[in-house]
Amino acid sequence: MTEIELLSWARGPGLQIASIVFVAGVIIRFFEILVLGRKANLAEAKGREMSSGLKTMITRTVPDKATFKRSSVTIVLGYIFHIGLFVICFFSAPHILFLKDIIGFGWPSLPTAVIDAFAVVTIIALVATLVNRLTNKVMRYLTNFEDLLTWLLTFLPVVTGYIAFHRIGFTAPSLLAIHILSVELLLIVFPFTKLMHAFTLFIARWYNGAISGYRGVAS
Amino acid sequence: MKKDLSIKKDVPEKGTLGDVLRSQGVSRRSFMKFCATTASMMALPPAMIPMIAKAMEQARRPSVIWLSFQECTGCTESLTRAHTSTIESLIFDSISLDYHHTLQAAAGSAAEAAREAAMEENYGNYLLVVDGSIPLDNPGYSTIAGISNLDMLVESAKGAAAIIAVGTCATYGGIPHANPNPTGAVSVKDIITDKPIINVPGCPPIPVVITGVLAHFLTFGSLPELDHIGRPKAFYGQSIHDRCYRRPFYDKGQFAETFDDEGAKKGWCLYKLGCKGPTTYNACATTKWNNGTSFPIESGHPCIGCSEPDFWDGGGFYKALAMPTENIAQTAVYAAAGAAAAGAAIGAMNRGKKNASNKIHIKTTIEDLSK
Repeated sequence: MTEIELLSWARGPGLQIASIVFVAGVIIRFFEILVLGRKANLAEAKGREMSSGLKTMITRTVPDKATFKRSSVTIVLGYIFHIGLFVICFFSAPHILFLKDIIGFGWPSLPTAVIDAFAVVTIIALVATLVNRLTNKVMRYLTNFEDLLTWLLTFLPVVTGYIAFHRIGFTAPSLLAIHILSVELLLIVFPFTKLMHAFTLFIARWYNGAISGYRGVAS
Repeated sequence: MKKDLSIKKDVPEKGTLGDVLRSQGVSRRSFMKFCATTASMMALPPAMIPMIAKAMEQARRPSVIWLSFQECTGCTESLTRAHTSTIESLIFDSISLDYHHTLQAAAGSAAEAAREAAMEENYGNYLLVVDGSIPLDNPGYSTIAGISNLDMLVESAKGAAAIIAVGTCATYGGIPHANPNPTGAVSVKDIITDKPIINVPGCPPIPVVITGVLAHFLTFGSLPELDHIGRPKAFYGQSIHDRCYRRPFYDKGQFAETFDDEGAKKGWCLYKLGCKGPTTYNACATTKWNNGTSFPIESGHPCIGCSEPDFWDGGGFYKALAMPTENIAQTAVYAAAGAAAAGAAIGAMNRGKKNASNKIHIKTTIEDLSK
């Protein structure tokens, strides 16, 4: 297989396989969560579920003081790499083109120098997250295989994208193919690991807020 | 037999390259300029220029046998007609082109006799140039004087000092090799494994690249340094994207969205229009075409990546590199529909199971407990 063939496979059949697993996986996971159902709450409602749930979806974005004090490094690093990933994923010109081809519309991109800077900061933040996870005794105790796997699968697309853009080491077609394949790997593993939090995050927040709302207590 | 050939009768038969150039009225100054250009293109130090000049002046005209298989003659057109009266074309003319069935006047058995005579006379020393791919499915798909391409290549390669595969068809299979490859077309390298092969891909390749390769062979008596897919590094060492004069627009995020919008008129980057510059290695952006006039991107058209293997099957010339080659939206919709159906079915089954177990559940009463 030549490198152009590998690239064509990654852009075609490889991406098809990854998107089937990703889309079907995410939807089945949603069914798993939602169709399961909850037992009827027989207690009398003391407040509103919906408004408290919706409010909590937003308010939980800001960590409370005690939590922040306890795990400031984790929170700050987490914010940096999440924002970085968001900007790289949705504001680099090639990524917008990719999404436009699938969803039918695009939006203006940021200059490559800006994306490059975000990529460097994201890579540093991700490495720091791993170092923090391995050096902090409690974190290390709590770390399992899935944590390391999801870290690696998040790290690879960023670092391969950076290398592909700067063409370090290999030739451009191989680097681009490796970058796309790393994203496909992420998509395939996504629905079956904690990476699902990108979708379930807001359901969980709403549910937490709704429970408190029903009981008439602050969320 | 050579007298049957129509190629350059005014060129001295057995003179050195220097004699040939002088007979064509090429001045010493122009010749040195060519040597300097060749040296810089091949990334050789300036100290090498006199050496190149000396070696080339004294070089005997090498015998070249040119085989054309499944091709469109575009490569020959590119190399013989690109520009007139330049030293590059004279160098090309100065080789002893003993067989080229498109250019020679002789045909049929007379032409084949010329090839056989040249092979015998220069056994072990001639250069074999091949353009076009070789069909393997059926030898009858492409024949010359009743000889299949495969047989002719194998026979001609035996006594060759080296083989230069010219054009993407000879180097990587090219258009005939494109999906579904109806003739079972393969490249020269797929068949010949025991000879040094230099790949000069492109559809067609840049003329100066082939003369550069010939100049290197005449100067050093060896092939230039090649990359991982057999291309001379001096010409294929950098991507079009890295040497493109429109690169600053890419970096600033300024793109032509269509072929006639403001961006296109301002000469912005053609990435979104499908430019394959980032994954294509060739010298177009530096040596340019038509006597250094321009290259495709300069004329407003994206690079189609013609010097890379399988560039025909890269998902479309006008599809940006970042775009998927398949219809992912449709795939996703089908996957979502299938998953939703599966999810609903599994949910219904679970609910049924839950209801069934609820039905057979026997409630424990106080009487039961007091028994």
